[in-house]
Amino acid sequence: MRHLKLISDDTHIPFVRFRQIAVAFSLLVIAASIALFFARGLNFGIDFKGGIMIEIATDGPADITQLRATLGDLGFGEVQIQEFGQADDVLIRIPSPAEGGEAASQEVVNQVRAALGDLVAEYRRVEVVGPQVSGELVRNGTIAVVLAMVLMLIYIWFRFEWQFSLGAIISLVHDVFATIGILCILQIEFNLQMIAAILTIVGYSMNDTVIVYDRVRENLRKYKKMDLAELIDLSINQTLSRTVITSGTTLLALLALFVFGGEVLRGFTFAMIFGILIGTYSSIFIAAPVILAVGVSRDWSGTNSGKTAEGKAGAKA
Amino acid sequence: MLHFERWKIALIVLLCVAGFAYSAPNFVPRASLEGVPSWLPNQQINLGLDLRGGSYMLLEVDTSSLIQDRLQSLVNDVRAALRSKRVLYTGLGIRNSEVTVRITQPGDIEKAREAIEGVGTTLTGNVFSALPERDIAVSVDGQSIKVMLTEPAIIARTQSAVQQSIEIVRRRIDELGTTEPVIQQQGTSRILVQVPGLGDPQRLKELLGQTAKMNFRLVSNAMSGEQAVATRTVPTGTEILFTAEEPHTPVLVERRIMVGGDRLVDAQPAFDQQTGAPVVNFRFDSTGARQFGEVTRNSVGRPFAIVLDDKVISAPVIREPIMGGSGQISGNFTVQAANDLSILLRAGALPAPLNVLEERTVGPGLGADSIRAGEVAAVIGSLAVVIFMIASYGFFGVLAVAALVINMAMIFAVLSVLQATLTLPGIAGIVLTVGMAVDANVLIYERIREEIAAGKGPVQAIETGYNKALSSILDANITTLISAAILFQMGSGPVRGFAVTLGIGIITSVFTAYTVNRLMLSVWIRRWRPKTIYL
Repeated sequence: MRHLKLISDDTHIPFVRFRQIAVAFSLLVIAASIALFFARGLNFGIDFKGGIMIEIATDGPADITQLRATLGDLGFGEVQIQEFGQADDVLIRIPSPAEGGEAASQEVVNQVRAALGDLVAEYRRVEVVGPQVSGELVRNGTIAVVLAMVLMLIYIWFRFEWQFSLGAIISLVHDVFATIGILCILQIEFNLQMIAAILTIVGYSMNDTVIVYDRVRENLRKYKKMDLAELIDLSINQTLSRTVITSGTTLLALLALFVFGGEVLRGFTFAMIFGILIGTYSSIFIAAPVILAVGVSRDWSGTNSGKTAEGKAGAKA
Repeated sequence: MLHFERWKIALIVLLCVAGFAYSAPNFVPRASLEGVPSWLPNQQINLGLDLRGGSYMLLEVDTSSLIQDRLQSLVNDVRAALRSKRVLYTGLGIRNSEVTVRITQPGDIEKAREAIEGVGTTLTGNVFSALPERDIAVSVDGQSIKVMLTEPAIIARTQSAVQQSIEIVRRRIDELGTTEPVIQQQGTSRILVQVPGLGDPQRLKELLGQTAKMNFRLVSNAMSGEQAVATRTVPTGTEILFTAEEPHTPVLVERRIMVGGDRLVDAQPAFDQQTGAPVVNFRFDSTGARQFGEVTRNSVGRPFAIVLDDKVISAPVIREPIMGGSGQISGNFTVQAANDLSILLRAGALPAPLNVLEERTVGPGLGADSIRAGEVAAVIGSLAVVIFMIASYGFFGVLAVAALVINMAMIFAVLSVLQATLTLPGIAGIVLTVGMAVDANVLIYERIREEIAAGKGPVQAIETGYNKALSSILDANITTLISAAILFQMGSGPVRGFAVTLGIGIITSVFTAYTVNRLMLSVWIRRWRPKTIYL
C-alpha cells in the first residue's frame, strides 16, 4: 500500500521569490483589518459590552415576529432576536439598562420572563454581565493577548537571535490582525471564547514559525556558505510536509468541532480554523522572509558575516 | 535514543497503565463507583456548569449601603451623646459620607468633642497597635464638628460584612438541597457563587436578592397609610411603607422596632389550621419572646406590621397577648413563597444588599446537548485524524495512533485526579489537542524519512530522527504552553477549562509522542530487526 503524500519528499518551491507579493498582500490585509475594525467594528458580545443574553427553547418552530413584538413592547432599547442553530432555539440579546446599575439588569430579566410566559418551553441559558465586570473582562483579555505575545517574543529571543524574534512577532501581529479583520467582516460575536481562540492562534502560529526557524538555524550551521535566500527556501521546503500534515490534522479536528460541536462553539472554532490557515501562511510567507530582509548574523558559524549574507540576499532579490 | 534502561521501561509502562486506570471511572455510570474502595481510581472528571447545567453568580456586597448604615447609627449615637452632656447643637446629619454637627455654644466645643469621640467602637483584630484604635476620626472646624469613618474601619467593616454574607449565602443555598455548591470570596468585596444542577435558577436569585432584614413594628394609629399619602404628611416617628403583595398599598408604621428579626431562632413553613393556607411559623429567643409578649400585651387591638426589607408582609391585628414567643405569619403565600420566606428567616439577614455583577445560568437541557455535541465532535475528529495518520504513515501511523489513545487516557486521568473542571471550551481543547498532538509524531517521522532518503539504515534513521526533532518539538510546545498558562491565569469559568485541557494535553502529548512512541519503536526494532523501513 502506498502512503498518502500530500507533499512529495523533494519539493523545491521558491517561496522566497513570492515574498514581495506576500508582503504586499499581507500589508493590505492588515490595513483592511485596521480600517474594518474602526469602520465596522467587532460585534462585541455581552462579555465585553455588558448586557443580557437569554437563550430559549420553544415548543415547535419559534415565532420570531411574535417574540419581537412581545419584547419590543417592554421598551428595553435595541433588542436582538435571532434563531440559534435550530428553528426552536432562539437567542435574545438585550442591552444593559442605561440607569440603575446591576440591579436594573436583574429587573429586566424578571420582566422578560414575565412577558414571555408560555412562549418559552425552556430557558437554556441566561447570562447577565454588568458594566463593571465587562470592563474588567476587556482589560483582562487585552492584557492576556499582549502578555502572551511578549512572553513568546522573549522565548524566541532567548532561543534564537533577535532577527528571528522580530520575524516571529511580525507574523503573530499579522495573524491577530487578520483574524480580527475577518471577525469584523463576518460580524461573528466577539466574546470571551474569542480571546481563547486568539491566544490559541498565537500559540499555534508561533509553533509553526518555530519549526521553520529551527530548520533555518540548523541549515545555517550545516551550509555555512549557502545563500540566505536559498537556505530559507530549502528550510521551508524541508519542513513543508510536516507543516501541511500538522495543519491538516488540526484542521480535521477543528472541522469536526465546527460541524458537530454545537452552536455555542461555532464562532470559536471558526476563528481557530481561520487562524490555523493564516498562521500557516504567515510562518511560510512572512516569518521566514523577515529574516531575509533584516539579515542574520552568521558570525558564530565562523566563516560568513551577517553583512555578506544580507548583501547576497539583496543582490538576488 | 532507542536504548531504554529497564527501570525507564517500567516507569513508562506504569505511567501508561495509570493513565488508563485513572481515566476508567469516567466510562462507567457514576452510581456504580460507590462501591469502589478508596484505594482504587474512583474519581470522575468534574463537569463545568456549562455542561451539567447550573448557575454562576458574581455578587458584590453593597459597601456604600454598609457605610450609610454605620453613618446613620453614628448620627443617633452623636445625638444621644450630646444630649446626655446637655450640649446644644444644630444641623446634625450626614454630608459627603461624614456626620456633621454644629455646636451652638463655642464654649461647649471641647466637651462636645470628647463626648463624640466616645461614640466610636473599637476596631478589633489589630493586635499590633498599642492603643485600641477607634473606628471614627473626629475633627473640629470652627463651631462644627465632623465625624468620619477611618479607612481601616471601612476595610474591617467590609471584610466582616463579606464574611458574614458568605455564611448567610451558604445557609440559604444549603436549604435548596443542591450538591457541591461553591461559595467563595473574590477580591475585597465580592462573592463567587456556583451552584450546579439547579432546576430553577430563578429561585436561587430570588433567595440571594433579598437582604431579609425583618422586624416587627406597630402600625401608627395617627392616620391611615392612604391618608398619609394623600395629605403628604408623615407624623414624626413614623414612615410610609408599602405592602409586599399587589396592590402595593401604603401602610403608616412606627419607626421604632419593637422586635428585631435577629431575635428569631426558627421559622418553618406550615398550613393554617383553619383556612389551610400556607403560613410561616416562627419562634423567638427569650429576649425576643419577652419583647414580643410586652408589645402584644400593651397593644391589643392594634395592627402589628411584619416588615421584611422595608415591605409590609402582613399587618394582623393583635387579638390577645402572645406570651409563648412564637407566632405565625400569614400573607397570602403560595407554598413555595412560605417555604422561601422561612428559609430566609432561618438563614438570617444579610448585613448589606448583594448586587449581582455577573450571572451565567445554563439549563440542564443545553448542558446535555453540549456534552453530546462535544462527544460527537471528539469522536469524528479523532477518527479523521486516525485515518489521516494511518494513510500517511502506515505502520508508523498505527503506532502514532496508539500513542494518541494513551495520550487521551492520560488527559482524562490527569483531569480526574486533579479534579479539574471540564467545560465546553475544554472539550474543544481536547479535540484540538487530538489534532495537534500528532504534530510531534509528524515532526519525528518526517525527520526519519529525510534520514532514510539520505541513505541511513533503520536504526540510525530513527535515532537521528528523534535526536533532531527534539528541539523543534520542545520549542513548538512551549510556545503553546505559554498561551495556555496565560489563559489559565487571566481567564475565568469555561475559558479557563479550555486552558486546562490544552495545557494538560500539551504535556501528555509530548510524553506519549516522544517517549512512549519511541519505546514502541524500540521494541519493534529489537524484535523484528527490520532491514528497511517503509515510511
